[in-house]
Amino acid sequence: MRLVCPAGSPPAFKAAIDAGADAVYVGFRDETNARAFPGLNFSENDLHAAVAYAHARNRELYIALNTYPTPTRIGQWRKAVDRAAALGADAIIAADPALLDYAASAHPRLARHLSVQGSATTHVALRWYRERFDIARAVLPRVLSVEQVERVCAANVVPIEVFAFGSLCIMVEGRCQLSSFVTGASPNRHGVCSPARSVRWQEHADGSRSVRLDGVLIDRFNPGEPAGYPTVCKGRFEVGESIFHALEEPTSLNTLDLLPRLARAGVCALKIEGRQRGAAYVGAVARVWRQALDAFAATPEGYTAQAQWHATLASQSEGRQTTLGAYHRGWQ
Amino acid sequence: MRIALGPPQYFWPRERTLAFYRDALTWPLDVVYLGETVCSKRRELRLADWLQIGDEFARVGVEVVLSSLALLEAESELAQLRRLVGNGRFIIEANDISAVQLARELGVPFVGGPSLNIYNVGSVRMLVDDGMRRLVLGVELGRDWLGELREAAAAEGIALPPIEAIAWGRLPLAWSARCFTARALNLGKDDCGFRCIDYPEGLKLATREGQDFLMINGIQVQSFEVCDLAPVISELLDAGIDTLRLYPQQHDMPRVIGRFRQALEGAALTPLPGHGIGYWHARGPMASAGAETPAIRGP
Repeated sequence: MRLVCPAGSPPAFKAAIDAGADAVYVGFRDETNARAFPGLNFSENDLHAAVAYAHARNRELYIALNTYPTPTRIGQWRKAVDRAAALGADAIIAADPALLDYAASAHPRLARHLSVQGSATTHVALRWYRERFDIARAVLPRVLSVEQVERVCAANVVPIEVFAFGSLCIMVEGRCQLSSFVTGASPNRHGVCSPARSVRWQEHADGSRSVRLDGVLIDRFNPGEPAGYPTVCKGRFEVGESIFHALEEPTSLNTLDLLPRLARAGVCALKIEGRQRGAAYVGAVARVWRQALDAFAATPEGYTAQAQWHATLASQSEGRQTTLGAYHRGWQ
Repeated sequence: MRIALGPPQYFWPRERTLAFYRDALTWPLDVVYLGETVCSKRRELRLADWLQIGDEFARVGVEVVLSSLALLEAESELAQLRRLVGNGRFIIEANDISAVQLARELGVPFVGGPSLNIYNVGSVRMLVDDGMRRLVLGVELGRDWLGELREAAAAEGIALPPIEAIAWGRLPLAWSARCFTARALNLGKDDCGFRCIDYPEGLKLATREGQDFLMINGIQVQSFEVCDLAPVISELLDAGIDTLRLYPQQHDMPRVIGRFRQALEGAALTPLPGHGIGYWHARGPMASAGAETPAIRGP
């Protein structure tokens, strides 16, 4: 299994490669990718340097073009595909049918990976993308149990990449309008979820804090209580008589314990989430996963996830908690 | 402009559902969407039941469409989808690319549902090639986007299919593997006891200061606010909307349909309290109301 790591900046990119990533995925500095945050992502010069750095070490660079262009903006997205090809990227990660179609006809030798934003959860859906665009790989949404991942892999339509670690989207990717509903900015169209400009923190006299997203109260924290970034799906709300994390707690996905099963299922690549995180996160997480993959390759039968790996990953996690997410039926 | 009764979003007992559609046979509808779109565990009605209801609507001249699940995970769900697509009588609403692919393989025409991610002309054209006869606007798309789409299609000489818009009901905003109704009731999804049947219009989620915010409906999350495009019907006509989708609700459906018939006859309607026009005017429904003070009920 290949280790695919995120980078939102040149230092994070270098950290990922140096820590043993087989491939690193990055984005341009615009809304063509789903981490269109101010101050993040790569200039043209950064990318030339990154491609050279990766290729000199026999690693790969993927460019995420995983937002959906509206009719007047498709030209900009097509140019982004052209730029990715000209840079010598090893693949683009895309979801929009028109964009995949353009890439397949204009740059047939540039590999196309179906982004998780494509919401493809079955081998039948994957067949559509393969027949239509000859995709080389597909990233599965974080909604399938491990048994379901095994079945999708067994259908053998296209090599499968799954999320292994990072902040957890609990909705089907590509089909979540919660940020869009509250802020008008959507992952699909604008490449952002809960944009920083919509977030308002408020300190109260008693030391408690509340956080709003465009006026909507997402959560309130007691003095000293850890507070995470406010996305609608990780807020506390009132349902019935109770106030609780009605959708999900601030937590991260961690599949270290599932590694042998994902490998046996035939998963071709493990994806780490977190282009919005810094070089320290990327380096630490990539190092743990490199060690885990190497340990598994050396003695598949003897593999156990080490406590130190778990501790490192927990220290990098949202809310310092981790979960198997939808891979484990009990979570659902 | 035609009026469609959208697919049911909630889980109702068998008898209530049958009674609802018996009544609906007498309503002034042009199109009816039938079938389960949210959760495959909801089986008060089976495909044979929906087909039978469909036959009755077809007999009175209503166009029948069988809707598919928006989220497919298990092989058993794919097997159900195959039966739905191959039903031999009615076209389908494809709410996932899996349904598009099966319809394409079997040569069955389909309506492109609101959860397909269709954002531009190239994507529309591909689905039309696959057999799409009508496109429902994506949940977060509205007037301005449709204008852009028409302009781009005209520039490229591409004919667009008829367009349908969600005109009434709670907006389906998100889907998950997790059942949020079961979670709220401290139940596992596998032992849910089908408890969403106790919430015929969903389970309300409010903010910690009492602002009504979302509606939990099993694995689906909806807007709490009901979208009502009747006050802007003239804009829908100008935009060339072909079909209005009204999502079923347990009470007052004839009055809702009456409201849209009135609007189509030219009556100027005022907005109903607590209702909004969803995404029709481009920005997020709450973002456009963002500057207003939320309705606060106290902490």
